[in-house]
Amino acid sequence: MMRIFSLEEIKKSFFTCLWFGFLTFPIMVVRVNTIEDVVEWRWNNLIIVVFGSFFLSFLWRYMIERKEAGRKKAESGEAEKKPLVRRIMDNPRIYRPLLAAVAIFVLSFPFLFSSYQTNIMTTALIYVMLGLGLNIVIGLAGLLDLGYVAFYAAGAYTYALLNYHFGLGFWTVLPLGAVVGAIMGILLGFPVLRLRGDYLAIVTLGFGEIIRLVMENWNEFSFGPSGIANIPRPGFFGMDLSLTAATNYIYYIMIGMVLITIFFVNRLQNSRIGRAWIALREDEIACQAMGIDKTKTKLTAFSLGATWAGMAGVIFAAKTTFINPASFTFLESAIILCIVVLGGMGSIVGVILGALVLILLPEYLRAFSDYRMVLFGATLVLMMVFRPQGLVSDVRRVYQFKGATEKGE
Amino acid sequence: MEPILEVNKLSMDFGGLRALDAVDLDVKNGEIAALIGPNGAGKTTFFNCITGIYNPSGGDIYIAPPGKKNGNRPERINGIKPNHVTKKGMARTFQNIRLFGSMTVLENVMIGRHCRTRTGVAGAMLRLKSTVREEQDLVDFSYGILERMGLARFVNDLAKNLPYGAQRRLEIARALATEPFLLLLDEPAAGMNPQETRDLVDLIVRIRDDEKVSVMLIEHDMKLVMTLSDRIFVMDYGKKIAQGKPSEIKNDPVVIKAYLGEDVDA
Repeated sequence: MMRIFSLEEIKKSFFTCLWFGFLTFPIMVVRVNTIEDVVEWRWNNLIIVVFGSFFLSFLWRYMIERKEAGRKKAESGEAEKKPLVRRIMDNPRIYRPLLAAVAIFVLSFPFLFSSYQTNIMTTALIYVMLGLGLNIVIGLAGLLDLGYVAFYAAGAYTYALLNYHFGLGFWTVLPLGAVVGAIMGILLGFPVLRLRGDYLAIVTLGFGEIIRLVMENWNEFSFGPSGIANIPRPGFFGMDLSLTAATNYIYYIMIGMVLITIFFVNRLQNSRIGRAWIALREDEIACQAMGIDKTKTKLTAFSLGATWAGMAGVIFAAKTTFINPASFTFLESAIILCIVVLGGMGSIVGVILGALVLILLPEYLRAFSDYRMVLFGATLVLMMVFRPQGLVSDVRRVYQFKGATEKGE
Repeated sequence: MEPILEVNKLSMDFGGLRALDAVDLDVKNGEIAALIGPNGAGKTTFFNCITGIYNPSGGDIYIAPPGKKNGNRPERINGIKPNHVTKKGMARTFQNIRLFGSMTVLENVMIGRHCRTRTGVAGAMLRLKSTVREEQDLVDFSYGILERMGLARFVNDLAKNLPYGAQRRLEIARALATEPFLLLLDEPAAGMNPQETRDLVDLIVRIRDDEKVSVMLIEHDMKLVMTLSDRIFVMDYGKKIAQGKPSEIKNDPVVIKAYLGEDVDA
């Protein structure tokens, strides 16, 4: 580890910081004051840049080296230290109380914090649900879908329009939203069956934009950019709830929905269907040669992924009571994608963590809101370099057999 | 013995290139057939055509699964999808290993059973009684195959972490899980050391005798081909140039010419 302080390394960092100082010199040091017609030399900045880049280049190479060392260890068969999350999850004596604590915290959240906080938490939970849905499409089936927000929009507009025209209530539309999402998923799935990778990404991106543009321009149908207002909140046995009570109520609905989502997604991914999805992600040709119907498997992935987005959309519409196309831009798709990638593709715990980190951190770090996007981007770049598998990597189910541990054949 | 696979005048064109030129071939029940030929002769193209990965430009492929109750009428399978070919009972392995690397060894074999199991989305989400039973049977069946293939100790390892020889065997195990009547092996011994190759020979014989699965293999290892095969087909430039017993092939001047070139000086 101390190899990093060798002369060689110091030389490398030295040249890096020289080069960096030179490159940033015109912007960081020289400033022409046009009013007084003088050139200001800000040498302080140069010092900061040079020392900063010297230090950072060290840190960067140290991290790379650590990562390489870890990989070599894994390759040479040495037992890799189990990641923290995995160790917690494997030990019932730790995770049971932890789970209970989380459950109590989650259930009492609205009573501990203001309704503003509850609202933010509800938003985060909607993204957890969206992330888990997209996780089916991207994490399990390996289909890079950049237009996921279209299904979310479809769900939201389903509730808004059905309520506006026919007065249908939240609980009636929630399953309808799921159905609409699933149908949209199949509609998108059909034309893109032959595509994969980059091509698939571009087509789904286009699909997402088409849905948004239609909603924005088809005034007779969707009321265009002005959107639809006065969408009722979920009913509670016909009672009128105060604003706080309604906020808390949606929060609990969302908790329930997330639990249902986790329950079903967990079952799906360890089932025949889930294994087929993963096989499709791993190797399309081998997957077909093993008797898996590619068409059917892709379509179920698209439609089941979209189902959750459809339901999340209905809840979103009920929560904000107002929707317009501006809520369903490509940025939303990108954020949901980041949740899945940052959290760990295919891992339910990872996706939940990813959603909470990506949605809650910006809310609580409002002081740094100017740097939000910079931090966002930097975090993702660093994640991809140092931990491409995400916060929590997916671990396959282990089966127990008598005699399976015996050595020799 | 009646043939279980019969290929008549199979041709495959890629643009102007004729990769397969009217190839006739048949595999009989319970035999090990080998397909050999120099590199680029069209052997893998032949496999890809009969397993539905390519749609052949001409000719007919008939299969007649043995042991069917209602007679043994050959069925034409030209141009059907790969997953249907597998379902009808022809499973294959690949020249460059194509395992599902981030799945466990057991799961790889379980994938092979996909077309023989039925659980749908609703069954998976609700975990019905039939699903649970099917899943348990699936795990037991798959573990049984792993045991017979000598892979039981790797059962929960990720497929990509297996040693090379074990990966090759896992591919065979995965193909066997589809319950084929004919197993198509594309260069199963490629990259193996002599010991692994000897184990492979035993394994293939066991597959034919114990599992009652006929085998057709593409291979460059002549020693393996000569010891294993009942019949050998030789291809060169997309054409079948010879067929027969190993002893006949060994001394066939056409074959020697194809392998060693025009002027053969002993």
